[in-house]
Amino acid sequence: MAGAANPNFDTLALHAGAQPDPTTGARAVPLHLSTSFVFRSSDDAASLFNQERGGHVYSRISNPTNAVLEQRVAALEGACGALAFASGQAALHASITTLLGAGDHIVASRALYGGSHNLLHYTLPRFGIQTTFVDPNQPDAWRAALQPNTRLFFGETVGNPGNDVLDLETLAAMAHEAGLPLMVDATLTPPWLLQPMRYGADLVMHSATKFLSGHGTVIAGVVSDSGVFDWEASGKFPTLSEPYEGFHHMVFTEEATVGAFLLRARREALRDFGACLSPHSAWLVLQGLETLPLRMARHMSNTERVVEFLAAHPMVQRVGHPMLPDHPGHALAKRLLPRGAGSVFSFDIRGSRAQGMALIEALQLFSHLANVGDARSLVIHPASTTHFRMSDADLAAAGIGAGTIRLSIGLEDPDDLIDDLKRALRAAEKAGTP
Amino acid sequence: MKIACPWGVAYAYTGGRPWVDGQPTVLLIHGVLNDHSVWILQSRYLAHHGCNVLALDLPGHGRSGGRPCDSIQAYAAAMLQCLDAAGVDTCAVAGHSMGSLIGLEMAAQAPTRVTRLAMVATAYPMRVAPALLQAAQDDPPRAMAMVTTFSHSTLAPPPSALGPGTWTHGALDALMRRVLASNTEHNVFAEGFKACDSYQGAPEALAQVRCPVRLVLGTRDQMTPPKAAASIQAALPQADTVLVPAGHALMTEAPEATLRALHPWLLAS
Repeated sequence: MAGAANPNFDTLALHAGAQPDPTTGARAVPLHLSTSFVFRSSDDAASLFNQERGGHVYSRISNPTNAVLEQRVAALEGACGALAFASGQAALHASITTLLGAGDHIVASRALYGGSHNLLHYTLPRFGIQTTFVDPNQPDAWRAALQPNTRLFFGETVGNPGNDVLDLETLAAMAHEAGLPLMVDATLTPPWLLQPMRYGADLVMHSATKFLSGHGTVIAGVVSDSGVFDWEASGKFPTLSEPYEGFHHMVFTEEATVGAFLLRARREALRDFGACLSPHSAWLVLQGLETLPLRMARHMSNTERVVEFLAAHPMVQRVGHPMLPDHPGHALAKRLLPRGAGSVFSFDIRGSRAQGMALIEALQLFSHLANVGDARSLVIHPASTTHFRMSDADLAAAGIGAGTIRLSIGLEDPDDLIDDLKRALRAAEKAGTP
Repeated sequence: MKIACPWGVAYAYTGGRPWVDGQPTVLLIHGVLNDHSVWILQSRYLAHHGCNVLALDLPGHGRSGGRPCDSIQAYAAAMLQCLDAAGVDTCAVAGHSMGSLIGLEMAAQAPTRVTRLAMVATAYPMRVAPALLQAAQDDPPRAMAMVTTFSHSTLAPPPSALGPGTWTHGALDALMRRVLASNTEHNVFAEGFKACDSYQGAPEALAQVRCPVRLVLGTRDQMTPPKAAASIQAALPQADTVLVPAGHALMTEAPEATLRALHPWLLAS
């Protein structure tokens, strides 16, 4: 039943949330660099503040350009709505603090982005929120970690950097059975690859810095809500189901049968913590989203070529991509991610740490930096950079070795990328020769 | 607000304001597989502008108890019982889609109690395509996808119910899933469609109506297009019609225009 009235994904990536500007006729999404929006009358002002009308008041809370981005991401995720933040970390922090408070507990995958691990392991305990980290591949471990005060399951759809594929259906069912939502970080698998809500995820966050924007130009985050999780029936989320003195004694679950989470997150997290996204950044992410399907197709075909090359190279000991049959997430990835399990993966070379560094130094097209999901191909050494705060034991548990090298495959000609890697591997081999 | 009715405990959202004795009351009635939350913005505005608001979940829907009614007439009787239980003698009524027919029947069954009637996204007869009716019975997710598509006319809704950043297509789909799941004994989706499809009482009801009536119609509505309201307009030549540039989901696609069609008209004496 697809068509203009019910567009497919690629069409939504261009059109969801936007139409020609009714005032100017501008076809591209206008960039509204305005902190505030003029009230038409005193009554208009009061009713906007009191959420009796839809509209924008102040850009920390909402902005017309950001709203287009939020609608578009929600449309692409199959969500009821979304909320943009200044970064992926801000989106994660705001989501957690909207739902949890001191004394609450999270069960999380231990294969997380280093920044997320920092937040959960080091920072949130200071505010009374504890996390138990579990093996993402062992559903029973998630169940065993449940406590009476557990309020959230959290993991990455494809875990950073070992590419553990989260068994969304199993974990969602387990979470729901316990009256909990499943929140996932889907940064490495943008919705062209995977729509986690189809498999039961309730909240989906992205560092939009990565594939959603896609060009390495902007820091941004976004969280979407499926609208399906029944916060009130769960009985575990008083921030949503009991009157909130901080906003007209609003009971968010009564106000919005779906979307209560987003309502509170906007009315509290953005208002009070203030990690709002600049409209200019939102505009840049929108530019990226317009070509998301085209870019992801190229990311995937390039990744396939590079993985095949590395897997066959004698200097390479292991390639950690779920497209390979020996990867533990291979079967799950084939089912959940038929278009590909992402273009970020790690590999280990046969050789010393020094040889690994020699490889990175010899690369010319791959840029050595701390990011993924760029149009350009990137490389990094996780143990000394993104995950450097983790202990050796935690590193090993997350599948990161001292010589592990992480690649983010970009949009260049795949022959050129393979040539670059071929030369660098040769340099690494020479570095190991006495 | 909970109201103990003969058919069960009704839930009514009051627009974020406590009940104030002496104020006029507005009753808002949702359509098939919806609940009170489709009226959020309009509810809050009316409640903060001199009205007591009762945005009900219909029997067997959402937070209300009881079982879904098998006819529009029975829903109207249930609504009147709810007003009795709440101690409301007279009120203005606005109903959306199936709710518009329930409002019409209320105005016919109790002409002195309904002061004004706004029929939003209405039609008579309110036929439901056999394929949709069958899908609602046998394959609700597929039927919900059809309703979501047919209910919207734009991919770029304005800041709407739930606020900026709401994807109204996804919000409606999620709401329908939640309302369907709220009743494990009855398929309120299929039963609601059957009540609309089988309703034949409009000619008699229209003849009984004594209050001012306003039709609020979406110019791009595919479920109840404006021309489908012609029989109501013909039977009520004194009724006025407000056209809103929106699809069937008027309250979320055009919340401001819908509000302007309802307020202050519903409160006029």
